[in-house]
Amino acid sequence: MSPIAETIMNPARGSLLGIEHLEAAEILRLLKFARRMNPDKPRPLLKGKRVLLLFYEASTRTRSSFEIAAKSLGAYTVLIQAIGSSIEKGESLLDTGYTARAVGADVIVIRHPNAGAPYVMAQHIDVPVINAGDGLHEHPSQALLDAYTILRNKKTFNGLQVAIVGDIFHSRVARSACHLLSKFGVKIILCGPPELVPDIATTLAPGVRVTRYIEDALRGTDVVMLLRVQKERFAGLKINLPEYIARYQMTPARLKMAKKDAIVMHPGPIIRGLELTSEVADGAQARILEEVRNGVPMRMAILARAVGKMR
Amino acid sequence: MTNAEKNRGSLLIKGGHLIDPAARIDASMDVLLKDGRVAEVAAPNKIKGSADEKFDARGLIVAPGFIDLHVHLREPGQAQKETIATGTAAAAVGGFTSVCTMPNTIPVVDSVEWIDWLRQPERGAVVNVFAIAAATRASKGATLTDFRALHAAGAIAVTDDGKPILDDGIMREALVLGGELNFPVVQHAEDTRMTEGCSMHSGARSFRLGLRGMTAAAEASIVERDVLLAMHIPNARLHVAHLSTADALKSVRRGKRAKARVTFEVTPHHFTLTDEDMRDYDSNYKMNPPLRSASDLEAILVALADGTVDAIATDHAPHAAHEKEMEFERAAFGITGLETALALAISKLHREKRIPISRIVELFTAGPARCFDLRGRGSLVRGSVADVTVFDPKKKWRFDAAKSHSKSKNTPFDGWQLMGKVVATIVGGTMVHSG
Repeated sequence: MSPIAETIMNPARGSLLGIEHLEAAEILRLLKFARRMNPDKPRPLLKGKRVLLLFYEASTRTRSSFEIAAKSLGAYTVLIQAIGSSIEKGESLLDTGYTARAVGADVIVIRHPNAGAPYVMAQHIDVPVINAGDGLHEHPSQALLDAYTILRNKKTFNGLQVAIVGDIFHSRVARSACHLLSKFGVKIILCGPPELVPDIATTLAPGVRVTRYIEDALRGTDVVMLLRVQKERFAGLKINLPEYIARYQMTPARLKMAKKDAIVMHPGPIIRGLELTSEVADGAQARILEEVRNGVPMRMAILARAVGKMR
Repeated sequence: MTNAEKNRGSLLIKGGHLIDPAARIDASMDVLLKDGRVAEVAAPNKIKGSADEKFDARGLIVAPGFIDLHVHLREPGQAQKETIATGTAAAAVGGFTSVCTMPNTIPVVDSVEWIDWLRQPERGAVVNVFAIAAATRASKGATLTDFRALHAAGAIAVTDDGKPILDDGIMREALVLGGELNFPVVQHAEDTRMTEGCSMHSGARSFRLGLRGMTAAAEASIVERDVLLAMHIPNARLHVAHLSTADALKSVRRGKRAKARVTFEVTPHHFTLTDEDMRDYDSNYKMNPPLRSASDLEAILVALADGTVDAIATDHAPHAAHEKEMEFERAAFGITGLETALALAISKLHREKRIPISRIVELFTAGPARCFDLRGRGSLVRGSVADVTVFDPKKKWRFDAAKSHSKSKNTPFDGWQLMGKVVATIVGGTMVHSG
């Protein structure tokens, strides 16, 4: 009696709403195309196009990276932030979207504190929508640039083990990373206390395991991905930070438990002295700034795909 | 003035199959309505004399008028969502001859003045509207309303629906005073201290979607407390609104076994959908309590079949498009339900789960009438109010939300192919819907 399947929507071609429903082949195409992108050698793939950056939430890396990527491809960019725009006056998400279309946006890049906001936008507006992070849900461009970074360091996903340590519950980066890595058979170990890493997290994708012990997470691990404790999203949740630090903070001693050639990643912003020490953040195994650098070519590829120029 | 008082004609419903669970009738019977009352119920062609009008009910089920214990008609104050006129029009289409309207309006219906206002003919109600009054002033959960005066003014129950009565002392006081007046206290069971920022059920799906989830415990802990209170307060009457979890069901079963006066309702969406059914952050799947897990749904189906559930109620909660077409977490809770309730019950409970039609009729009639003591309703024994619902249990149809009589179209069932359709809705002897 139910036609639920009929209600699945069709976003505009070129949209990137999440990793979960993206096919592995498409991910590989994006990663491959990103290798050909170089912000220092601009290519006019988006010449004359208007890229609207709609940021409902604070961002340093993602916003600047999308902006530089768009400009490197010859696009105009317009940044709209919640503060200082009609959003502050109570304009709805969809009305802002309709306005964006009316001013001639060719691509909408949206960062929003509510999960699913890009879906709502894509459902009503026939302009490619790129999810630049929606609430606790997904952060697909981050997962792609992380995959890009992993491949530059490890050559292949085959046989890899990735440990993601920290606040998984509040992390859209973790959700997108799990979806992406799982599609390539990577072993994923989520590590942290139950409040931040609920057991239900194993249902996210095949190959995901949960552990409470940092030693267990690190043993045999090729990539250590650290996450910030997102206190601003806690909504009443309380955790004991000294205990968290004692059990999960990444220190040089702990990092030695991982594989010798393990790399340390972090989507930023990092909080020194909390999820990691300065020695680890600035150490030889850290790839944190490389991730930021890789964000630009990766997002160039994402934007090129949005306008059908990923060829 | 109700229809029963103004109707002075007669109507003979002929050739139908009467299901009147309260009277233990499930047979071919003719029903004569006269002057707003049931004048006679008899075997086919045995009713003598003439009637002003006849209704041919061959091949149809004739049932007591359906009663919905839980609707939001949104007046006073939120006419952009619904009015008493539009909401009761939708009720008539859905076969409901009586609806109980919730007090979480603007302002909250917490005084005799507002109860009187709801009952004024200017509201344009086409079916009976029974008022449920607020249990605490402005539903703030701090001070009880004047139960005695509200009861005398015609309110049939009290509740702070939309919010729970969290404070143990206030809930106890409400049950004590309600018990003295034989007044049911209706609880929206949700420990809001555990559900801050939540927009769906807590489970694998909410984790995947990055939405904070309401746990079953947030509902069950309140139900458990309330049932315990009801078990130990003489004459207390507790009615649990829109029960949605297997855990809460256990508490209610325990209360019923202990002969406490505990009743409860379940909604069509909770016996039809689970949290896994929501797609693409469609806020037409957002309601409170949320769609639960498959095991919760299974437990509810068992309770519907085994006689534990007292009533099916819709929790009809209309919202304007702009209050729903937005970020899922910010969208209003609630869906419409009056026009799809019977068809969902027949499609899911009867056709799929083989629950007899007579049990479904009971859940829409005798069951709810008993929960709130709606005298003269819920049965068609001679002398009852002439509220009748006639339906075709085999009729297949497609629900088109755009054509709904409700002012709002927020439903997950748009486009569903359903079975079972209301053919006539008769209120106090007057036909208010035929189709």
